[in-house]
Amino acid sequence: MSNAEAQVVQEEIDLGMANKVIDKYINMKGALMPVLQEVQDAYGYLPEPCIHLISERLNVYLSQIYGVLTFYAQFHLEPRGKYIVRVCMGTACHVKGAGRIGDTLSELLGIGHAETTEDLKFTVEHVACIGACGMAPVIMVNEATYGSMSVQKMNEIVEKYRAMD
Amino acid sequence: MAAIEEQIRVLICQGTGGLASGAKEVELAFRAEFEKHGVDAKVGKRCTVVGTGCRGLCANDVLVDIVIPGQEAVTYDFVKAELVPQLVEEHILTGQVVEKKKAGPYYQKFLEKQMRVVFSRCGTIDAESLEDFLAHDGFVGIRKAVTMKPQEVIEEVKKSGLRGRGGGGFPTGVKWSFCAASPGTDKYLICNADEGDPGAFMDRSILEGDPYGLIEGMMIASYAIGAKNGYVYVRAEYPLAIKRLQKAIDVCYEKGFLGKNCLGLGFDFDLRIKAGAGAFVCGEETALMASIEGERGMPRPRPPFPAVRGLWTKPTNINNVETFANVSYIFYRGAEWFASIGTEGTKGTKIFALTGKIKHTGLVEVPAGITMREVIYDVCGGILNNRKFKAVQAGGPSGGCLPGEAIDAQVDYDSLIKAGAMMGSGGLVVMDETTCMVDIARFFLNFTRMESCGKCVPCRIGLKIMLDILERITEGKGHPGDIDLLQDMCFDIKKASLCGLGQTAPNPVLSTIRYFRHEYEAHIEHQRCPSNSCKSLLKFEVVEAACKKCGLCFKVCPVDAVRWEKGQLAVIDKDKCTRCTSCYDACRFMAIE
Ligand SMILES: Cc1cc2nc3c(=O)[nH]c(=O)nc-3n(C[C@H](O)[C@H](O)[C@H](O)COP(=O)(O)O)c2cc1C
Ligand code: SF4
Ligand code: SF4
Ligand code: FES
Ligand code: FES
Repeated sequence: MSNAEAQVVQEEIDLGMANKVIDKYINMKGALMPVLQEVQDAYGYLPEPCIHLISERLNVYLSQIYGVLTFYAQFHLEPRGKYIVRVCMGTACHVKGAGRIGDTLSELLGIGHAETTEDLKFTVEHVACIGACGMAPVIMVNEATYGSMSVQKMNEIVEKYRAMD
Repeated sequence: MAAIEEQIRVLICQGTGGLASGAKEVELAFRAEFEKHGVDAKVGKRCTVVGTGCRGLCANDVLVDIVIPGQEAVTYDFVKAELVPQLVEEHILTGQVVEKKKAGPYYQKFLEKQMRVVFSRCGTIDAESLEDFLAHDGFVGIRKAVTMKPQEVIEEVKKSGLRGRGGGGFPTGVKWSFCAASPGTDKYLICNADEGDPGAFMDRSILEGDPYGLIEGMMIASYAIGAKNGYVYVRAEYPLAIKRLQKAIDVCYEKGFLGKNCLGLGFDFDLRIKAGAGAFVCGEETALMASIEGERGMPRPRPPFPAVRGLWTKPTNINNVETFANVSYIFYRGAEWFASIGTEGTKGTKIFALTGKIKHTGLVEVPAGITMREVIYDVCGGILNNRKFKAVQAGGPSGGCLPGEAIDAQVDYDSLIKAGAMMGSGGLVVMDETTCMVDIARFFLNFTRMESCGKCVPCRIGLKIMLDILERITEGKGHPGDIDLLQDMCFDIKKASLCGLGQTAPNPVLSTIRYFRHEYEAHIEHQRCPSNSCKSLLKFEVVEAACKKCGLCFKVCPVDAVRWEKGQLAVIDKDKCTRCTSCYDACRFMAIE
């Protein structure tokens, strides 16, 4: 990214929310992770200017922050969809056909694991276990859990969220 | 407020499973009906709707108990909002139990062989209510513990025989004594609620269903060890658990139960939640501490052990959620009582998460030492669709697969290890004849390879190479000698890895080779998958001799590739078939291969 472009991006992002989060944690030991988590909650992902801001204000090297960001599955450096569809690929779900559920979803949305549709509506993620194994196979859309999934049910759920804006 | 014994209580399961099945709508429906009929006045009692934690039978949610004083509680399953008016009009207003909607005899069986200690409050009390907790012996344990000296508290835990429920099974009292003996006054207490083990969800249930119980267990530990600061490290995939626990912590602070001079009992304890960020390896103690400190969650060599040099370099004690939850009962009911349950080497109860091809998937709490057969057949109703039991995978990615012959093994730490698996956190995944054991080994290896932190070469690269070999085998491209190569690699990786992840990652491969070698051989020598599960080896054809002409495959096929008419054999159109395996899973007669 050239400097000029970087500046354009920077201007678009309001750093107010990020500053607020940092204010809350600035004197706490081990502030980095909670700050990253809450800034991500506020923006939906971690925009580059926010990362720079966190680095400056918490006095942590950028390299260290990126080290953390790339280590944990839950940090995202790109904008994500409005509806995050998490497909459980854990043992219980695998045994009950999670692979097929995941394939169906990819077919319906045209995207695979860790991808986002162009209209920023859906992001698909394959996760290790949602903790509702008794209802395997399981998916989550944002915070709503759907159990005993079938190909048919997957169709219905995607339709439902497609129809919402 | 009327005492709990005099109220009519409607207990609605609002664990994750309950909520996913519509528990909120059911609750609203009850409230609306109560309002509409003026129920309180009509029955002359207060009618209370209570949102409880998980009962363990999430597949049958929404579960509702109606408890009328002086009568036996009645459980209804699969409750939908539409059913609520009938329940209120018949059961609550006229005392007529709606027999048709009652949970079947299986529910009684499900509970019969269980011994619900840690779970005694989960599913019976309002998880968010401190009053309910106190009315059910809440904080009795900690009040007893503080009448003893810290050293005596630790002795009591040793006497109980409690071993850690997080996987290793290390004696809890002994672990506490290490940390207590470390010099210095700045000590930390951590609850490991990372529950990274796919297929296990008991910790989540405790957090959601009895958060105050966990806090009490941690208070006892903090008093015994002299740790003034505590963290609960909860995985971020558990939003409801985090919410409920945070609420419980807030209430405890408000009432002065946490913080300075807890409960007025003369010790200080601060407790806060730290949300994880999605890395299995963070369940390992040293990685977990690195993660709290805001670093990458990478394990470090031990010694120094956390009890000597842990979080922020201070002495630290880490236990699992279920371990802490057990502690308060040990004090409330006594170490002798606890030690009288279970086997020689494993005391107390253990919670298992039963999933996979089993009739009633769920969370069950049983006395240690009960056999696998009792758990699978008596408690959980046996195998789904009456298929044949093939294997049970115990202990998650670090455990192993046990074959049908091992079904009479006892479930305790030592018997499971002898059989080649381990208790781990208590996940039991049941498999039938449609599950391919090579594929299961591949599945686990894929998981551990992705979750390897990458610090050790054998773990980072060795697992990847093993995975490649297994993938080849499931595609029918295995080489002679692959099995021996896999075994050799397993031993080397186990020996040369730094942390438990690498040291145990080969276990699923070793145990499946040990018990199911013939399946590996069938893949390698005959390009055949005996369980008809490896997709690239499946032909998707109807076996005429086995087909019972039932049409199930026709109904489930999402792309209309199955042709079938009543009384006719089914035929699969190979051009249309997308190899999705829907029909294969649906067929009760193993007539598709
Ligand atoms: C890779 C790895 C992952 C682990 N994940 C968990 C976990 O999710 N929850 C847990 O309680 N223990 C986990 N453990 C075990 C813990 O490191 C530790 O032994 C345990 O929390 C101690 O508690 P206990 O003595 O009460 O069992 C894991 C260990 C390893 C090596
Ligand atoms: S064994 Fe694997 S997970 Fe453990 S420290 Fe080594 S590389 Fe990391
Ligand atoms: S489901 Fe099985 S038995 Fe039934 S028609 Fe299809 S192939 Fe035949
Ligand atoms: S394995 Fe899918 S929810 Fe646990
Ligand atoms: S969530 Fe309702 S029984 Fe588990």
